[in-house]
Amino acid sequence: MLKEGQVRIPAGCAISGIMNKKGEVFSGRDIIKSIAVMHDRSNGLGGGFAAYGIYPEFKNHYAFHLFYENKKVKQETEFVLNKLFNIELAEPIPTRDVSSIGKAPLIWRYFAKPKANQIQANETEAEYVVNFVMKINSELEGAYVFSSGKNMGTFKGVGYPEDIGDFYRLDEYKGYIWTAHGRFPTNTPGWWGGAHPFSLLDWTIVHNGEISSYDANRRYLEMYGYKCTLQTDTEAITYIFDLLLRKFGLPLDSAINIVAAPFWSKISRMNPEQQKLMKSLRAVFSSLLINGPFSIILGSTNGFMALNDRLKLRSLVAAEKGDNLYIASEESAILEICKNPDKTWAPRGGEPVIGLLDGKESLYCFDETQEEEVVRHSVAL
Amino acid sequence: MSLNYMTPAFIIERDKDRCIDCQVCVRQCANEAHKWDEEEQKVYSEDANCVNCHRCVVMCPTRALSVRRFPLEFRYNANWTPETIRAIYLQAETGGVLLTGMGNDRPYPIYWDHMLLNASQVTNPSIDPLREPMELKTYLGRKPDFLKIKNGKLLEDIPPQLELDVPIMFSAMSFGSISLNAHKSLAAAAQQVGTYWNTGEGGLHRDLVQYGDHTIVQVASGRFGINPDYLKAGAAIEIKIGQGAKPGIGGHLPGEKVGEEVSKTRMIPLGTDALSPAPHHDIYSIEDLRQLIYSLKEATEYQKPVFVKIAAVHNVAAIASGIVRAGADVVVIDGYRGGTGAAPLRTRDSVGIPIEFALAAVDTRLREEGIRNKASLVIGGSIRNSTDIVKAIALGADAVYIGTGALIALGCHLCQKCYTGKCNWGIATQDPQLYKRLNPEIGAERAANLLKAWAHEIEELLGGMGINALESLRGNRLMLRGIGLTDRELNILGIKAAGE
Amino acid sequence: MKRVYAREEYCVGCKLCEIHCIAAHSKYKNDLIKTFKKDTNPPVSRILVEENKPVSFALQCRHCDDAPCTKACIVGAMQKDPETGIVTNEEDRCVGCWTCILVCPYGAIQRDERGHKVASKCDLCSENGKVPACVEHCPNRALEYGEEPFYLAKGK
Ligand code: SF4
Ligand code: SF4
Repeated sequence: MLKEGQVRIPAGCAISGIMNKKGEVFSGRDIIKSIAVMHDRSNGLGGGFAAYGIYPEFKNHYAFHLFYENKKVKQETEFVLNKLFNIELAEPIPTRDVSSIGKAPLIWRYFAKPKANQIQANETEAEYVVNFVMKINSELEGAYVFSSGKNMGTFKGVGYPEDIGDFYRLDEYKGYIWTAHGRFPTNTPGWWGGAHPFSLLDWTIVHNGEISSYDANRRYLEMYGYKCTLQTDTEAITYIFDLLLRKFGLPLDSAINIVAAPFWSKISRMNPEQQKLMKSLRAVFSSLLINGPFSIILGSTNGFMALNDRLKLRSLVAAEKGDNLYIASEESAILEICKNPDKTWAPRGGEPVIGLLDGKESLYCFDETQEEEVVRHSVAL
Repeated sequence: MSLNYMTPAFIIERDKDRCIDCQVCVRQCANEAHKWDEEEQKVYSEDANCVNCHRCVVMCPTRALSVRRFPLEFRYNANWTPETIRAIYLQAETGGVLLTGMGNDRPYPIYWDHMLLNASQVTNPSIDPLREPMELKTYLGRKPDFLKIKNGKLLEDIPPQLELDVPIMFSAMSFGSISLNAHKSLAAAAQQVGTYWNTGEGGLHRDLVQYGDHTIVQVASGRFGINPDYLKAGAAIEIKIGQGAKPGIGGHLPGEKVGEEVSKTRMIPLGTDALSPAPHHDIYSIEDLRQLIYSLKEATEYQKPVFVKIAAVHNVAAIASGIVRAGADVVVIDGYRGGTGAAPLRTRDSVGIPIEFALAAVDTRLREEGIRNKASLVIGGSIRNSTDIVKAIALGADAVYIGTGALIALGCHLCQKCYTGKCNWGIATQDPQLYKRLNPEIGAERAANLLKAWAHEIEELLGGMGINALESLRGNRLMLRGIGLTDRELNILGIKAAGE
Repeated sequence: MKRVYAREEYCVGCKLCEIHCIAAHSKYKNDLIKTFKKDTNPPVSRILVEENKPVSFALQCRHCDDAPCTKACIVGAMQKDPETGIVTNEEDRCVGCWTCILVCPYGAIQRDERGHKVASKCDLCSENGKVPACVEHCPNRALEYGEEPFYLAKGK
């Protein structure tokens, strides 16, 4: 049977997310409880978590999480890694035995910094890292980078999400943002890399839905050097946000107006200035409209953003309590960990819920020094 | 005199029980296939003159008429078919090049019919276009890589774009090759539906300047009717390098068709032949094209997108890439089935490649080179129905041109005799007796109806796929599966086989 | 009142209007085949296509507001209906003197000499009660039926 990446597998899902706006860290226990409530929305074929603020002692290092199918490919990968990065620490990710989890691949993590002399003149550090990730994932059969940000990490595998959380001992980590995903694929890829969240640099995405614009999105992304090796929606959505926010330096609201574009009928009622902007966004980035049902939580170091497709074809509920912001596919998943929220609401289609750490203005958090001079991808004519 | 070996191609059948000898057929047939016998007080037929245009059949008030293939048969021969033999008789008689009209009619495979569309089941919902908004709006023109936005404001305008409410435009057909009433019909329909029509290479008649906002003005090798006012009158400019029906061949509008209006509009003397050279004599290479593109942009102050239209030929992908790099805002590819007012038969039937392959190859190539969004991609050359359009867009087109389909809406019955100037439907003719048969009010209604009907069907198909904006279908080849195609063909089309 | 207006730029000279006019006024009402095949003495057309190629247009009674034919008729057969404005000839009373033909400024009245001589003219298919047959069957909208000419109506 073909595994994820060789074939496109539709899936239904559950998602959940918690953040503390003050940046105070808390253990992974809550997010596991929350996603466990929605057990029936997954089928044991994929679960995972993203956590921000978990590696304070290595906060300036890229934390690479990798799956290996065998020792040989591990060696090959480490060879590349060593060539491109100075590795501070390499270790297996600690796990505990959980009876329901089947055979796991080798799971390693590396805290590393790029070798300055290897970065090309026209390349940002972020691009350097992305290129490395793309190279490993597309070229080294049996190796897969599933997390590549700083002071954050994703943890995922084949199993129910609560079992995956247990397996990775997430109760022992403390983070200020946690997101989780339970998967209901319509096929059994049985591959750990195929589980979610999907992650690139500090971006993580958990997603529920099956987008009908997938190939239009993918083929556009590939023009900008992204390789959609997994053939999943989540991967494509991550790249879309990476392209818009990081490479093109667009504001978050513009990115949202691209992926969940307002209808033309709504645009026609806007003022001329807005109309011009919306028309330009939709005309220029029409291939990045995400069509079909989705609900996503896009996580970054600065916070997270939850969004529904513009028709709201997938459920999504949000709640607030004090400094905490909660997002989940079902209200029950929030009530499980927050008995009396100050406020609960169901965001409308295309209307984002944005949670930013106090003092942060944007989800975008890379290369902050280069705000004005982001080296953007451009094609010479 | 010597014996003419030609035998009739068609036979006119008149049901004597129904015929009332009203002579409507006699009055309507410009080919004089129906005649009135004064002595017998009866209508009769001259089968040899019939081109099977169906004008008489449709006009006959008692439905007394039918036209069939002439039953005369040659001895069966799979190699020497009747058409081949007849062509030789004709050429032996005339010593001339075989001429024809409309597009390639040979039985080559139609790849549209080898592609199937997807629909949503369970894992994602289909969308009901009657209940939910369904968006077909399309912008044609060069797109920048990114936008500069500050405080919710766009800092730099994007290059000029054409806004299409439906992804279907009327392709270039010149005044001269078709009648003014045909132009009026298409122009008014384009305005009504929110799309564009194309003047073709024969200039813009003064009565049609009012439709300028919905007009694409063409610049071809003959440069007929071109001046700054003409360029500025349209919403966009199209440089025609070639057309699918006759790649590599110029045009020839015989002097008989250059009446007063055509002569004024083309800015050539009355009654002279209008010759379009095969190449543009100022474009012998890609860098020359760039100069023409920029002269036109200069002349119109960079306010209008510039299209470049080529025929789908073997190396189309590389040529298209060159055109984008030369600065075109829209690349138009015309497939080998594209129509024409007049073309040498052998060229029409054997030069060029199917638009489906050309489109797939060009879209793939432009993406590989990372320049697909530098220009929009429009295709034409026998788009027959709304599913052809949906498939074209899924393969990677932004929009399509329809020519033959539009003319059929106006009454064309595909008799392929456009080059004779005797179009009984008032379309491909400059004969005042004939062109008034096309009332542009009716023509505009019919052409607009066709676009609206197809738009509804496209919405329906999109909804089925769980898509509510056309752009999400563009280049979305996962929505297509091939049937009855070889691996190689699937590969070129970039699609999977049905069942995969 | 509603009248039939001709648009000569779209008249293709097919004469379907005449043919349908004849059928509409024959005893086989609107049945073309029977009218032309069985009626040994079919009515004359009340509409006439005037032709000088490439120009052609169909002409019929204008139903003048101040109709000269009604004044000229010596027996009072030609009447203008005060309500509908339609000018008709009561054929039973008509003696076929052709005075009306002499005075009609449009030449829209025909001689009908099939039976006892009468003047035959367009009645706007008033018996049909709907759109006149010529208008209904004109293939190119070269005949329009309305309160005012199309060129005025369109200008509004
Ligand atoms: S139009 Fe029809 S009915 Fe009239 S003469 Fe011709 S065949 Fe006969
Ligand atoms: S039917 Fe119409 S087009 Fe034909 S002759 Fe009469 S008025 Fe003219």
